[in-house]
Amino acid sequence: MILTYLRRELRRRRRAQLVIAAGLALGIALVLIVNAASAGLRKAQDEVLQSLYGLGTDMTVGKSFQQPGASGEGEEGAEGGDARRPRFDFDAQEGEEQGSDMLMLDSFATLTGDEVATIAGLGDVAGAVGGLSLRDIGVNGSFDPGRIVQGEDGGQDQAEEGQDSGGAAPGGPGGSEGGESRIGGGGAQFDVNQFSVFGADVSRPELGPLAALEVTEGRAFATDETEAEAALVDADYAAENDLAVGGTLTMADTDFEVIGLTTPGTGESTADVVIPLATAQRLSGHEDEVTGVYVQATDSTRLDAVAEAIGARIEDAEVTTADDLADQVSGSLSTAADLADGVGRWLSSLVLAAAFLVAGLLAASSVSRRVREFGTLKALGWTRWRVTRQVLAESLVTGLFGGALGLAVGLGSAWTLTQIRPDLTAELGAGGLGGLGGPGGGGGGPRMGFGGQEAAQSAGRSLDIGLTAPVSADIVVLAVALAVVGGLIAGAFAAWRAARLRPADAFRRIA
Amino acid sequence: MYELTGVTKRYRRGKATVNALDGVSLTVPTGDRLVIKGPTGGGKSTLLQLLGGLDRATSGSVVLDGTDLSRLSEAKLTRLRAERIGFVFQGFHLIPTLSARENVETALVPLGLRTAERRRRAAEALESVGLAERAGHLPDELSGGQQQRVAIARALAKRPQVLLADEPTGNLDESTRDEVMEVLESRWRELGLTFVLVTHDSSLARRADRVATLSGGRISLTERTRGPAGPAPAPPGPPAEAASGDAGQLPAGDVPSDDVPSGGVPSA
Repeated sequence: MILTYLRRELRRRRRAQLVIAAGLALGIALVLIVNAASAGLRKAQDEVLQSLYGLGTDMTVGKSFQQPGASGEGEEGAEGGDARRPRFDFDAQEGEEQGSDMLMLDSFATLTGDEVATIAGLGDVAGAVGGLSLRDIGVNGSFDPGRIVQGEDGGQDQAEEGQDSGGAAPGGPGGSEGGESRIGGGGAQFDVNQFSVFGADVSRPELGPLAALEVTEGRAFATDETEAEAALVDADYAAENDLAVGGTLTMADTDFEVIGLTTPGTGESTADVVIPLATAQRLSGHEDEVTGVYVQATDSTRLDAVAEAIGARIEDAEVTTADDLADQVSGSLSTAADLADGVGRWLSSLVLAAAFLVAGLLAASSVSRRVREFGTLKALGWTRWRVTRQVLAESLVTGLFGGALGLAVGLGSAWTLTQIRPDLTAELGAGGLGGLGGPGGGGGGPRMGFGGQEAAQSAGRSLDIGLTAPVSADIVVLAVALAVVGGLIAGAFAAWRAARLRPADAFRRIA
Repeated sequence: MYELTGVTKRYRRGKATVNALDGVSLTVPTGDRLVIKGPTGGGKSTLLQLLGGLDRATSGSVVLDGTDLSRLSEAKLTRLRAERIGFVFQGFHLIPTLSARENVETALVPLGLRTAERRRRAAEALESVGLAERAGHLPDELSGGQQQRVAIARALAKRPQVLLADEPTGNLDESTRDEVMEVLESRWRELGLTFVLVTHDSSLARRADRVATLSGGRISLTERTRGPAGPAPAPPGPPAEAASGDAGQLPAGDVPSDDVPSGGVPSA
């Protein structure tokens, strides 16, 4: 009988119920869509950050550059020059082609293996691996020595090998002009090639930049290939330079076997070549050094504590977390994320609150119109609780109907959004992510990751990410909970009014 | 048995205080029939509401079989209404979305009966008022007289001790009025109920042996051995004992309207 009464009352006032349900549905659908879109945006941001960082990496650690004079740790090369500056020795004969390349450190500051171990040993750190960002710079070409030309009084030409450490322009006049004789002819033709190289800890492929790479051809490193002379080559770079799996790539006079071609997970540029860390350290002459450390915390809530501990234990350490990176992502992805977090949440909350309010007022109005009915029921001996239950049940059913409607609209919208996959662009600015993407040229901050100098130099490089709107079980539960709460809120005031009604007052009011 | 002693009921209406009942004392023996008549706004419906525990007296006592209704908690008063008092209203007050049987069942819901028992008693009550075949009809599918008979069945299905009827024929034509009154009187006689009928219809008042007249919140009682408009009923209870009221102290015009022609709802 009670259910019959409930069903018939809902049917009798179906138009009002539909209005209430539609209002609740709108609010719930908005909440669902905003949440789903936010989840999609978070996923897109994660993809961007993973491409920069590596899956599973919570933070990176680098070192700020200290001027040699200031730190007293100037790094002088064995030959008297700055070791960071490439120096090539040529001894080819006239007209002979000669080439040379060398692996240069792509950063101004490094951390030691002990420091990596210290970070890995910190509490709340699940793992830490080092990485070495390098740049292979190669020079190929020929050198023509200048000749001493005697004066008009019949001197002799004297061929003389010249040394030109300055890299004279092709065909340019070499040497200097003397009193009675002069140096004529000579010059050099050189091609300078460079590409980025990253030394990765292949024993922990799940951490750091290796985790973000997709091997499209060939194979990945085996975890025991820590000192192998093998390389993963970026597919685009391989195509430009006619490299293929099984082929050979020469760096620092060492032949590397190309074992696989890779693409970054989301299109973010990575190093052109990835080799095992120990091999990179040996060939670059930076044994036991890394340019950055990739750290995974045991708990995402402990990131600040980990960052603090690293700062305390490692001198001049500069820690960059995913949040720092996220702050530096701009473009439509960032705008959409801001909109979802700001306007979207406010709007959905506002609509939901308005829907609750309207539903409550309509339910209260419904009670006002049914004063005689509730007065009669109370005169017949219906208790306050029984009347309350009746009104609440009606509101609850309306709320659930609105929830189902909102869920359907929300799920449909989320599905449609996922099918359309509108492109969002993440702008990876030079000032921010460029530096993080790789060792930049002149900055003094830490330079992390794969990107190499391109990352630092390519201001405003963009990354297109397709937006999806994944709906999790949590969101569905949230929608149902909102429907229930909405129904109860809408009915609560009405039920309270109905329950308080004294039969005599009710009859008097409608007289 | 009802025993009312010095019952006063005042309302606040805006800044004014309205005396609906003023020192009413009255005894209604168990099984007796009392007709309360009087002009509109005289306090008839207010008195009926106090008798039914729908409202509380400002002062004085309303005692039913030894229980002072004015001292009962809201919950106990609700229980008393559910178990012992049946109401019939001028406007029928049926739930429009429920069938005749379901409307009767609404009065049985508070008793906590099993569904089968509830349906059996509802069907029995409808049969007793001659509406067994209309049990599945909605109120708007029934005539006014039939709707009032459903309301009577609803009031009687719980097997109450008291039947309170507020202008039960106020919305009915003459022939239907007699039909409904026949039903009410027959059920009163058969069940031995205490029956209090409020009306401003003099022809109905003439059918009763005891008639209380309320005017300006004051009561006066008239007893007769045989009603001129119909056969004298044979009430199972003892005759009326007394009725009192200090007439003329308050202006009757200030009392809220008792009789509502359209909605059928008492207001004072």
